[in-house]
Amino acid sequence: MEARNFTFMFYGFLAAWLIVLVYIVSLARRGARLTKELEDVKQLVASGQKS
Amino acid sequence: MREKLVVAFVALGAILLAYNLYQIFLVLPDEAAQGYIYRIIYFHVPAAMVAMLGFFAALVCSVWYLAGGDLRFDSFAASIVEVSVVFATVNLVTGSIWARVEWGIWWTWDYRLTSQLVCVLIFAGYLIMRRAIDEPTQRARLSAALTIFGCFDAVIVWKSIEWFRNNHPGPVLSFRTGGEQRMDPAMEHQLFLNALALLIMAVALTLVRARQESTAREIDSLRRAAHV
Repeated sequence: MEARNFTFMFYGFLAAWLIVLVYIVSLARRGARLTKELEDVKQLVASGQKS
Repeated sequence: MREKLVVAFVALGAILLAYNLYQIFLVLPDEAAQGYIYRIIYFHVPAAMVAMLGFFAALVCSVWYLAGGDLRFDSFAASIVEVSVVFATVNLVTGSIWARVEWGIWWTWDYRLTSQLVCVLIFAGYLIMRRAIDEPTQRARLSAALTIFGCFDAVIVWKSIEWFRNNHPGPVLSFRTGGEQRMDPAMEHQLFLNALALLIMAVALTLVRARQESTAREIDSLRRAAHV
């Protein structure tokens, strides 16, 4: 019973941290994509104003 | 300034979490009837607290948007909802794992569990809906309406353990039992400390997400200006 209890507690903590970790990774990737997109749009607007 | 604030929150949250994990695993004893598995409560309940607080904070921002029309409140509400959905999911998954040991089943359609699942689905739907609507004002108005609707369900989640007979345990925390101690004070204190750590983490994540929302708004306005 105790060993089973420990295994499931481990699964619980693992699941909790995995969900948070996956979210943090997705947040970081989205941030990088948005930064790049902002740079691209700024360049596009700047080149449009020159011409 | 905001980056420094995020770093400060992350550092504070990490220190508090490290202290909490030490206390949870190495200092606090096992619970007499449940053994090790009861420790899930230190993440299961705080995750729910953070999610609920988030949903109601999003409600405040949404009402603020509806009252004033400032899209920054809509963006902030969306950031809060996204982070809250993550914590509500943590609550559901850890609860399911605890139930497998204590009840012998992963899931049951009792009022608490079902209303929480519906709450997650409503706010997940909110996030999907936002991706589907391009026009910012229409998106903000529908999002605010859905937040108000979702918060009705959040109230049912909160009160369901008092209103209905459930498989889910009834209220044990002293602020819900009128001061009566149904949980060891040391364990309850630790639970609140972990709720604080998760709340700090949630605030840091929300600030990062809100920054992304403002970047997205900037991209949107640049695109619109370029097309005019």
